[in-house]
Amino acid sequence: MPDLYHYLQQLVNGLTVGSTYALIAIGYTMVYGIIGMINFAHGEVYMIGSYITFIVIAGLAMFGINSLPILMIAAFAGSIIVCSAYGYSIERVAYRPLRGGNRLIPLISAIGMSIFLQNLVLLSQDSKDKAIPNPLPGNFVFGESTMNGVVISYIQVLIFVVTFLVMVGLTLFISRSRLGRACRASAEDLKMANLLGINTNNIIALTFVIGAALAAVAAVLLGMQYGVINPHLGFLAGIKAFTAAVLGGIGSIPGAVLGGLVLGVAEAFGADIFGDQYKDVVAFSLLVLVLLFRPTGILGRPEVEKV
Amino acid sequence: MSSAITKNLKIAFFSALLVLAVAYPVLGLKLTIVGIKLEVQGASSAALWAIAAGAIAMFFWQLFRSQLGTAWSHAPKLPRMPSQASDFLTQPSTQRWFILALVLVALSWPFFGSRGAVDIATLILIYVMLGLGLNIVIGLAGLLDLGYVGFYAVGAYSYALLSYYYGLGFWVCLPIAGLMAAFFGFILGFPVLRLRGDYLAIVTLGFGEIIRILLRNMTWLTGGPNGISNIDKPTLFGLSFERRAAEGMQTFHEFFGTAYQSINKVIFLYLIALLLVLITLFVINRLLRMPLGRAWEALREDEIACRALGMNPTVIKLSAFTLGATFAGFAGSFFAARQGLVTPESFTFIESATILAIVVLGGLGSQLGVILAAVVMILLPELMREFSEYRMLMFGALMVLMMIWRPQGLMPMQRPHLELKP
Repeated sequence: MPDLYHYLQQLVNGLTVGSTYALIAIGYTMVYGIIGMINFAHGEVYMIGSYITFIVIAGLAMFGINSLPILMIAAFAGSIIVCSAYGYSIERVAYRPLRGGNRLIPLISAIGMSIFLQNLVLLSQDSKDKAIPNPLPGNFVFGESTMNGVVISYIQVLIFVVTFLVMVGLTLFISRSRLGRACRASAEDLKMANLLGINTNNIIALTFVIGAALAAVAAVLLGMQYGVINPHLGFLAGIKAFTAAVLGGIGSIPGAVLGGLVLGVAEAFGADIFGDQYKDVVAFSLLVLVLLFRPTGILGRPEVEKV
Repeated sequence: MSSAITKNLKIAFFSALLVLAVAYPVLGLKLTIVGIKLEVQGASSAALWAIAAGAIAMFFWQLFRSQLGTAWSHAPKLPRMPSQASDFLTQPSTQRWFILALVLVALSWPFFGSRGAVDIATLILIYVMLGLGLNIVIGLAGLLDLGYVGFYAVGAYSYALLSYYYGLGFWVCLPIAGLMAAFFGFILGFPVLRLRGDYLAIVTLGFGEIIRILLRNMTWLTGGPNGISNIDKPTLFGLSFERRAAEGMQTFHEFFGTAYQSINKVIFLYLIALLLVLITLFVINRLLRMPLGRAWEALREDEIACRALGMNPTVIKLSAFTLGATFAGFAGSFFAARQGLVTPESFTFIESATILAIVVLGGLGSQLGVILAAVVMILLPELMREFSEYRMLMFGALMVLMMIWRPQGLMPMQRPHLELKP
């Protein structure tokens, strides 16, 4: 049954990409859940994260360090720290002064920030594609051979494991910890949370930092999977992740995860059927279709309009 | 007192670290390809010093912020525009006179300006048209459309394809391009206008991308990434502005018996653009006084109240969306005629963002604002040609700064209203 293997392979590939979309989408959805704005610059944070990953890996290689665990830990640590700093600074510079006005204003500011960051990287690094060799070669084969079976590379396994662990950690943090409770309270009602003694400014900054850190994790994983980066990759990754967040129902964290996975799988099968160049068309068409039948996304709560 | 100082010190230290963490990895280290390997090189020492100076400046700024704040409040204030003047400037009647004056300037422009100046003015007029069209959708009806460039592309390719395959002229294609864009707007608007604002934003953004990807990949029809070139220029009642006319046509300079001047063509294109902008302005101004225009603005202010008054929100939104798309279609077909070449890469998201920035920068809903903002947004990058590398960087920073300093836009417009005086 070569067909079955083929489809299973597409499913695995789709889930891999989808789980990284989910990681980025959580950043959009958490910010939206609390202050109701689209953080357009989120995709650029992801792009910066992948640059940091490459800098760390190439830098350590120059010192002759090739041990994989050290490389991985350094890449995760460096990328998370820098991206968190970016997430915090972006919120501080471009969004905090604009809070509470017309909803379009922060959106324009976010688009401006996105253009700014993209060009900052374009100028300081250059526009050429940068590539690193796969630090974790090899794969598992299920079935008879690589041609006739399902191939799962070690990196794909790594992506699944890391994504799963991060999701579990985030869920525990949101549902059990004191700060997580403050996050949920702020998402429920920002003004009321403020009245109850929660420092909502800090909570908003925290959501930006968490979102950026998750984008950094996705950047490390996808950077190792694809091995090629350029300053323009943030835009598409950003809108894909945002699509995933909307697909799942924006504001809901499980929704973002589900949306990411659905989007990833749909893209993989879409690319298989219509050809690779129509992958993005499939993704956006899926979005329109889902919103036609469920205007608030798959897991979104219908919002009651009040006068 | 001492605890306040320690707190300030902590904040200052943290801010300085933040500057380092943000600036150093991206600006201070550079990935370079050496042979087949990737290496990390340090940036120039000047860049490193700049980063260090930034961090130190941040440290002291945070440390002495409260003192600086009090010192600042004693400093002489910048003279601000008196409220009467700003009130006068934002009155609709004043703005109407302003627009009239601008039109007069625009009419005399080609007879004084150089060839380059007229050319840039034509480009500005295209963006004025796009801005006015998007202003209907965002400023008046309050629908967040991030894929406006999709309709612009539809208009441009409608003319390009009709001209390429059927040899149709500009004036025949102009209404067809408008209708095509309107049709696309209608088809897209019908399902998605039920959605809330932000959902609408992402769907329209996706639509803009879909159009561009389709144009790039349907090579058999659209020529793929190379696009369509050698599109005919517009004619004046069949008179061509080229040096030599095609078979069976006459040129402008032969007909009037004057010498051939290439600037005539540029001026002619400019005048067409001006005509289109004037028509757009006229139509929108008339619509604003009609029940439909009133309904757009009412819907933007309060959808529930509109529904309670028996208006149909879908029809009203759809009309705004379709009409906005139509103007983008006109602008697109003119763009194709002016460039003589259309490629999918002319219609990226950056274009949508630029048009959106024009609308918001001008002040939502204000037509004079849109015109001024289009002039600023197109002229500034042209003037900054020497810093062309830093153009987009500054563009992004400017968008953020404008939103922080003047979120209501350059030239907001007051609605006619009455106030009760106590």
